[in-house]
Amino acid sequence: MNILKKYLGIIWLVLGPAFIFFLVRGAVLNIDPNQTKEIHNPVVWIIIITIFTPIAIGLIIFGWYALKGEYDQLPESSAEVKD
Amino acid sequence: MKQSGIRSVILASSVGTLIEWYDFFIFGMLSSAISVQFFPKKDPTAALLSTLAIFAAGFIVRPFGALVFGRLGDLIGRKYTFLVTLILMGSYTFLIGLVPGYGSIGIWAPIIVLILRLLQGLAVGGEYGGAATYVAEHAPVGKRGFYTSWIQATSTIGLLVALGVIMLVKLNMPDEDFSSEWGGWRYPFWLSILLVIVSIHIRLKMHESPLFSKLKSEGKTSVNPLKESFSHKGNFKMVLLALFGAVMGQGVVWYTSQFYAQAFLEARCHVEFEQSRTIMLWAIAFGTPFFIFFGWLSDKIGRKWIMMTGMLLGVLLFRPIFGTFLKDSDPKKFNLQSLLISKSDTVYKKLGVDSVMQVTELCDNLNGIQFTRIKTQILSLDSTFFSGPNVRTLTLPPDFRPDQNPKFINVKLGTELYIKFISLVFVMIIFATMVYGPMAAFLVELFPTKIRYTSMSLPYHIGNGVFGGLVPFISLLLSTTFPEVWLAGLWYPIGVAALCFIIGTVYLKNKIEKI
Repeated sequence: MNILKKYLGIIWLVLGPAFIFFLVRGAVLNIDPNQTKEIHNPVVWIIIITIFTPIAIGLIIFGWYALKGEYDQLPESSAEVKD
Repeated sequence: MKQSGIRSVILASSVGTLIEWYDFFIFGMLSSAISVQFFPKKDPTAALLSTLAIFAAGFIVRPFGALVFGRLGDLIGRKYTFLVTLILMGSYTFLIGLVPGYGSIGIWAPIIVLILRLLQGLAVGGEYGGAATYVAEHAPVGKRGFYTSWIQATSTIGLLVALGVIMLVKLNMPDEDFSSEWGGWRYPFWLSILLVIVSIHIRLKMHESPLFSKLKSEGKTSVNPLKESFSHKGNFKMVLLALFGAVMGQGVVWYTSQFYAQAFLEARCHVEFEQSRTIMLWAIAFGTPFFIFFGWLSDKIGRKWIMMTGMLLGVLLFRPIFGTFLKDSDPKKFNLQSLLISKSDTVYKKLGVDSVMQVTELCDNLNGIQFTRIKTQILSLDSTFFSGPNVRTLTLPPDFRPDQNPKFINVKLGTELYIKFISLVFVMIIFATMVYGPMAAFLVELFPTKIRYTSMSLPYHIGNGVFGGLVPFISLLLSTTFPEVWLAGLWYPIGVAALCFIIGTVYLKNKIEKI
């Protein structure tokens, strides 16, 4: 299982940037100030890309931790959580 | 702790959290009335503020609220922090109900409402972490899931109360009175202050969490909860695991089963207003006790597999269920000869060298389904339909599409289908109760007492506010981008839930008892 955790870490490392790429692509294809629907509104896309970028970075960090084996052994209690 | 004591703790926490969810939800549910009064489309600045109010309040501000109030809760205590969030939320909600409309104070109306909405988002961001932590830190070992599940039920009950109050007001007055500047739509906002006063009275009598009190007396509270939560690797990796392995999937399943289901019934299936609301009301009423059941069950068999099962069921069954909604409510499938047209109305309009005739028919079919069919036909100049008493003004809607002609609206389901739809929504709410019932106990058990409020609040509000809150927008984006693909909008919640299911299954442990 720990080997699976590590290999999946590579996938999470790739998924983060891929997610941002698809969001930016969606923005480029759909932004149209002449249209009235929310899906064409640039402000909406700016908000979404702004909020999802740190989340995608979080996914990359998660993948890195997984690859380094940080999740091989989880604490038995919350009091054991430490560096 | 005595049984009566823990009941008071649950009551104080749950009632307040319920009211905060009610306050947060009524804004979204009354968005049509609010946009007419405060964000008129003809004013581009007001339209921009409307976008910010809808998106920024839910997405950006809730996680910030989680950080601000989470930090306070870990520095000064749970009780006072989530008393502050309740007072703030109730005040902001009540004030929204007092803001004059755009017609009275111009651009100040949307500016004030936007600010109040953002502040609501901040307050909500601080409430949940406090309530869940407060109850969990009073709960005995082996009952944490059961006791915190009462907090979990409050978001759905808050939604139910919001639905019920709005329906009660709307159905007891004419539409014009409800929608006017100082009309009935404001009543749910004003009601909030009464509910909040009661809840504050209850919460003021409570004591601080025993675990936090002990920590404080020993001088072991955190001096910088934000730094300890997010810059220390040991804790930060658990924050990431909580988000990607549990809350992210829970957020999309919860939102899809409730908010998206209601919007889908109204906008895609064109089920008429009252029926779409009562379908949700009945399903939620029957489903809500299962939050408590799955919280209780998680104390017996562990949290992980209940949450993962709920996610997996959503992944596998959302498409068949929503497909059934579409198929069963589609009036196009009915044989036109079997329809009884009980009422018909025809209007005409000249449009350049052509004219338009629109026929609106109220149709009944033998299965008890009623719907309104609107058929628009382009006629030529010399048509005999031009003259006579029936020439009236008709405006083609800007979104008129020839491929959606005829258009069907106000679909009213027969009794059998109505019960079937309630049952299907109920099934989806069971998925939501499985992923959400054990969630508070799960999150609390991941983090140490001194930074618990901060650490659990952020992933929770990212998972629910961001991932869950974006279900309508991203689903619409997918449906618009791939119009030929059936139910393309469901790819987002299914994809996120599937990803979370894989991460949670591989990386999470089934149970952490001690806190």
